[in-house]
Amino acid sequence: MQRAYPEKPEQVYFFGTCLIDLFYPEAGMAGIQLLEREGVKVIYPQQQSCCGQPAYNSGYDNEARKVAAAQIACLNEDLPVVVPSASCADMLRHHYPDLFAATPLHKQALNLAARTYELTEFLVHVCKVQLVDHGPAATVAIHNSCSAQRGMKTAQDAISLLRQMRNVAIVQQERASECCGFGGTFAVKAPDISNAMVQDKCDNLLATGANDLVSGDCGCLMNISGALEKRKDKIPAQHIASFIWERTQ
Amino acid sequence: MSRFEPATVNLEFDKRVSDALQDQELRANFRGAMDFLVGKRAAMFPDKEDLEALRAQGEAIRNRCLSQLPELLEQFEQRCTENGIQVHWAETAQEANAIILEIMHKHDATRMVKGKSMASEEIGLNHFLADHGVECLETDMGEYIVQLADETPSHIIMPAIHKNKQQIARLFNQKIEGVEYSEDVDRLIGIGRDVLRQKFFEADVGLSGVNFAVAETGTLCLVENEGNGRMTTTIPPVHIALCGIEKVVESLQDIPPLLRLLTRSATGQAITTYFNMISSPRKPDEKDGPREVHVVLLDNGRSRIYADKQLQETLRCIRCGACMNHCPVYTRIGGHAYGTTYPGPIGQVVSPQIWGLHTAGAITKACSLNGACGEACPVKIPLADLIRRLRYESNNSEPTPVPGPRGQGSLRKRPEAITWKLWALLSRKPGLYKLVLFLATRLRALAPKHIGPWTRYRSAPRPAARSLHELAAQRSQSNASSQEHGRHE
Repeated sequence: MQRAYPEKPEQVYFFGTCLIDLFYPEAGMAGIQLLEREGVKVIYPQQQSCCGQPAYNSGYDNEARKVAAAQIACLNEDLPVVVPSASCADMLRHHYPDLFAATPLHKQALNLAARTYELTEFLVHVCKVQLVDHGPAATVAIHNSCSAQRGMKTAQDAISLLRQMRNVAIVQQERASECCGFGGTFAVKAPDISNAMVQDKCDNLLATGANDLVSGDCGCLMNISGALEKRKDKIPAQHIASFIWERTQ
Repeated sequence: MSRFEPATVNLEFDKRVSDALQDQELRANFRGAMDFLVGKRAAMFPDKEDLEALRAQGEAIRNRCLSQLPELLEQFEQRCTENGIQVHWAETAQEANAIILEIMHKHDATRMVKGKSMASEEIGLNHFLADHGVECLETDMGEYIVQLADETPSHIIMPAIHKNKQQIARLFNQKIEGVEYSEDVDRLIGIGRDVLRQKFFEADVGLSGVNFAVAETGTLCLVENEGNGRMTTTIPPVHIALCGIEKVVESLQDIPPLLRLLTRSATGQAITTYFNMISSPRKPDEKDGPREVHVVLLDNGRSRIYADKQLQETLRCIRCGACMNHCPVYTRIGGHAYGTTYPGPIGQVVSPQIWGLHTAGAITKACSLNGACGEACPVKIPLADLIRRLRYESNNSEPTPVPGPRGQGSLRKRPEAITWKLWALLSRKPGLYKLVLFLATRLRALAPKHIGPWTRYRSAPRPAARSLHELAAQRSQSNASSQEHGRHE
């Protein structure tokens, strides 16, 4: 069942995510600029930090809840919240309500969940963007995170955005839907299994001959491009917001 | 990998995983087999909407049956008794083993043939009986191979899926007298059949599992492909069925949708070769069938699972194995690496609950929470959520209203707990968080090149020159001043 989407609002919150904050801020800026170009004013609350997912997935619910409560507090006005990561959007949208079940913040968590959108989802369904590609010819492999495919079900939105780009050819990797092995703390807690997964992912991506790798999740990008770099293989990897922004100015 | 020893699960997990990852032949066997099974299942469900409707129906049936589990179990017992089936209740693995041994003793029985039963693996029946002088022969071809190799099943549906035909050929050649090495699959199956056929006739007792136990009619349903289940339950004079208490369904009408889901999800078959329904021992006018039928209803931790509303979802499982087939971790390490009777995602949920987190909780870390298992599950068990919940319970040192799984808090590590506390402090104090961002970006040249296990296989990520916090603040300032500027013009 498809989600009911609102009319394009005047302003939105932008929840930047901690990974983007520290390692990929250009992706966050590209997301903000894409939204503003559509005439949507973007509020970036300076009080924000992390959605709490790393602790939540590791089974530290109390710590996750404290951090999540701080995010709920700074995203408190009734505005859409746009998140440039399906994984963190999934946390806000689907796990906050569970995390705060039977607590005084439950209602607020449900309210926040209902107005949380993943960036590509928001661009496609709410802004209904029409992109004009000015970039050179590119062969691109998309890596959709597990959260984009299964939690948020927004994998198709990334694809449809790239399809709007006339000079971009999308290539399909083998076992495209398989997890890259990041899984937040999984990569550190089960490093050998994670490595087996990311090596296979790298092999499949290299086999496509793509000259760009694009994803809506910086966790996966960090994992895949980190592994590629370590093995001295190269496919430039970018967050989809950066990729689109650079080609459409 | 000989017998299953619960005590070794947590202790030897990392080593098992590392051994499995290094075994290239094993990895190739699993990758090939899982790709094949995933493809077969997908072909059986060409229409996504039909599949979703059927899954919803399966989930609803299982939930309805579980919601009245105590009543259905009583009704099942009563119907079975009326039908002449003897019902036994076993709260623990030890009790179940003792009940089965007692039935064997009553008949001076020393030879048992077994249809495939994961519940019997769960309670360690073969070794228990062997210790008491009972010879137990597995008759499912996969189980037979595994037994011959003195191993445990590596998959709940396809016990010997970790072996290729060359390995099986070698095994038969070494372990069965007078058998020459042959890689011809038909020949190998023929060899197995010749051995098993004789054993069926000699056996005193046949033991089977149960796929569905029907409360309305007191019927035991058995799904199988090889006919060994039928032979096991009809040829020996005594049949013992070992049945987890969660296997009860309300009526015969509940079965068709569940069966459709089960066979298609498990092996990509529209229907299996055999579907056995056993409702009584041999009747006076019948020419075959056992003279006695016993059913042992096994709890072994299930009522504890039942008591917790979220964890209860575990019990919807119809044991199809689709979660394993779709799990990127299982595909790479195989079933033995988990060290438990039930491997893969459902094993990560069931095993720590049956044997306790202090015994088997560590296997929950072998999951990236990617959700492929839950997506494949025919009865929509939210496996990733349950695995995460068990991780929480493993660390949780606070008392909970419902008992929860045994071994709560037993895997809590102080350094890790302190790390998360510090992280939480940092992440909810905006001033502190921004200070750390500021320092990390300004001192990025000093960023460590080695960060624990991460950089064993990947290069280290490097902090950006400016954080998004800073860039966004600058942008909103410049937006504000340009608006201000515009207003003055």
